[in-house]
Amino acid sequence: MIPSSQIGGGSLKRRTFLASSAAAAAAGCGRKPAAAPGYRFLTPEEADTLGAWVDTLIPPDEDPGAREAGVVHYIDIQLTRWFRKHQSDYRAALSAIDRWSWSRRGRAFALLPLAEREELLVQMEKGKAPRDLFPDGGRAAFDLVLAHAMQGFYGNPRHGGNRGYASWKMIGVPPMPVRGREHYSAAETFPERS
Amino acid sequence: MPLPKVDAVIIGAGAAGPIVAKELAFVGWRVVLLEKGRWYTPADCRKDDLRNQRNPTLGYPFGPEEEGNPRVIVELNGRERVVKPSEPGYNNNAFCVGGGTLSYGAMAWRFHPNDFRMRSTYASKVPRAFENSTLEDWPIGYEDLEPYYEKAEWEIGVSGDVSGDPFKGPRRRPLPMPPLPPTREHEILEKGARRLGLHPFFIPMLRNSVPYHGRPACMRCRWCVGFACEVDAKNGTQNTVLPMALATGNLELRTECSAKEILVDDHGRATGVAYFDREGRLWEQPARYIVVSCGAIESARLLLNSRSRLFPQGLGNRFDWVGRNLQGHTYTGANGLFEEIVYDDLGPGASIAVCDYVHGNPGLAGGAMLANEFIRLPYQFVSGIRDPDVPRWGRAHKEFVRRAYRRIIPVQGPTQEIPVFESRVTLDPKIRDRFGIPVARLSGYRHPHTIEVSEYMAERAAEWLRASGAVKVWLRRAGRGLSAGQHQAGTCRMGRDPKTSVVDPWCRIHDVDNVYVVDASVHVTNGAYNPVLTIMAIAYRAGDHLAREGRRA
Repeated sequence: MIPSSQIGGGSLKRRTFLASSAAAAAAGCGRKPAAAPGYRFLTPEEADTLGAWVDTLIPPDEDPGAREAGVVHYIDIQLTRWFRKHQSDYRAALSAIDRWSWSRRGRAFALLPLAEREELLVQMEKGKAPRDLFPDGGRAAFDLVLAHAMQGFYGNPRHGGNRGYASWKMIGVPPMPVRGREHYSAAETFPERS
Repeated sequence: MPLPKVDAVIIGAGAAGPIVAKELAFVGWRVVLLEKGRWYTPADCRKDDLRNQRNPTLGYPFGPEEEGNPRVIVELNGRERVVKPSEPGYNNNAFCVGGGTLSYGAMAWRFHPNDFRMRSTYASKVPRAFENSTLEDWPIGYEDLEPYYEKAEWEIGVSGDVSGDPFKGPRRRPLPMPPLPPTREHEILEKGARRLGLHPFFIPMLRNSVPYHGRPACMRCRWCVGFACEVDAKNGTQNTVLPMALATGNLELRTECSAKEILVDDHGRATGVAYFDREGRLWEQPARYIVVSCGAIESARLLLNSRSRLFPQGLGNRFDWVGRNLQGHTYTGANGLFEEIVYDDLGPGASIAVCDYVHGNPGLAGGAMLANEFIRLPYQFVSGIRDPDVPRWGRAHKEFVRRAYRRIIPVQGPTQEIPVFESRVTLDPKIRDRFGIPVARLSGYRHPHTIEVSEYMAERAAEWLRASGAVKVWLRRAGRGLSAGQHQAGTCRMGRDPKTSVVDPWCRIHDVDNVYVVDASVHVTNGAYNPVLTIMAIAYRAGDHLAREGRRA
């Protein structure tokens, strides 16, 4: 559990509270942790951690990053559908990276600056994360989240990611054509970018 | 429960089955066509980048169902995996009416005349291609299939312009439709090809470039290969020969029906097919003739599952050739990064090809047609076309995708594979499908010479891209594992000798008078091209033969 004194900012206090109560509920009754409002599977704390994780993989710049583009929602939805078998992988990995962040940096992973998040993910990609947290050094969890993040960011908006065609606008391809139209003009939908 | 006897029952409504059905129904035969999957329409096109026949991240829309249809794959290191359809190693095509032709890219190639005589062409020149291989001539030649290639091109509908291909076999008629106008990629690659002295031309496609047979022209969207066509401009068996056959009143199509086995009497003649309907009820469909058209993996599986007193090893398998020589195509090529924008968002994307490297490569047996790739979807680009020098994630990766997406041209080709006897379909001793039928177990490897040819082809693709102005080029290479996939072929080889083949030159099983295998299973070799037009031509030829020679009730 996270001592609230270590976290600044009102909204985060609320999130901490929710996460704490969810964790307490889980510990007390052996029930599944409650999903965050607007989510199907992820707890508020998990959604924060995953948001920071995917924003490290696809960071915001002049175009939206993964979190803004809805990638956390994409993964959350699929964790109750096609990725159901990965539920426990996510639960374990999100908890592990947060514990690692606390022990190494004294803060939640979601609150680390980009460079420090990158540093942890690089270790995982190489399989060099602490074995007590990640039995394989983190590689499997890293690859899983990377694949899902890319799908959510570059796939169809219908699955909850690529919100507002964020990635398609970024690369300059038009959205789906409307049935019956002869064709659609990339130049009209998105101005040519070089 | 036995049903009324019919003249023919055909198993599988993919690229071949509906063609045979049409040929028979047109001469008055009563025909039943069984299909394991469903019948989809253009309204079932979802334009979903993550759920299509080419990218099953979230499953296959056109079959098979994820649950109840496992296969077993044996990897090179001997490890066995039970795989679901969307998992690597399954080697799926599609389970639906139209089969792969509902959602394919639709390249409509005739094989090269030498593709039918690989032994005669290379036995003395490239002996290492024959070491530990079953490389052989077909018992029929290009000239036998030529009239049927033409029939497929006109009846199902092909656009393109192959007049610029000096390497093609002789043909009597041109293609019925002109090519779609060239893309930006086409124009860039054409200049490069000419610079190298190659002979570029417009890829023949089973796709309407102008209205044809009552359906419209392609609207050039990018959801093409892997998808059902939203405007029905792509020509498969499901929107051409099948409606024609049904219109005769002589054909009954039964969907969601899974064949269990071919039934054989004590005289060695097949009497019909046992199959499960969608509710799992078992039926018997008696027929005078049985045609197996399930694709190379499932056709072999059905024959192996059809065991009887006279054929304890499975139908047609007296000499252990059913399921052998499983092959596909070894795709290699290169990606080229250009300074200028090369992407114009026009589907189907694939447009230009050269056949200069199909045969006659120094010291090599066979080769490949090379073409530009179908139009990319963003996730496909990110997962498959990355410059290996660019990180997999982070700011640099995002910057690369943003800048390079519209500046990359992939060129690739299907290297003709050297068949291997040990690459095969068998029945798994333990794993069964939802009906309790033993599933296909896939094992084997690619012949070393296949890899050698494919490396050469990747270099040729790179050369073409550099000549076209690419500022950076990286290769796409092939692994050594088993090959089958959407171009799966070879498991019921056509030949004259019953000891070294499964069917005769008319696709009839050597051992049984009234059972035919009509699909890519019969391919001795799989050509240096996408195989579907050859599958269709073989089906027209076999159907034509059966309609003339077969005895009706």
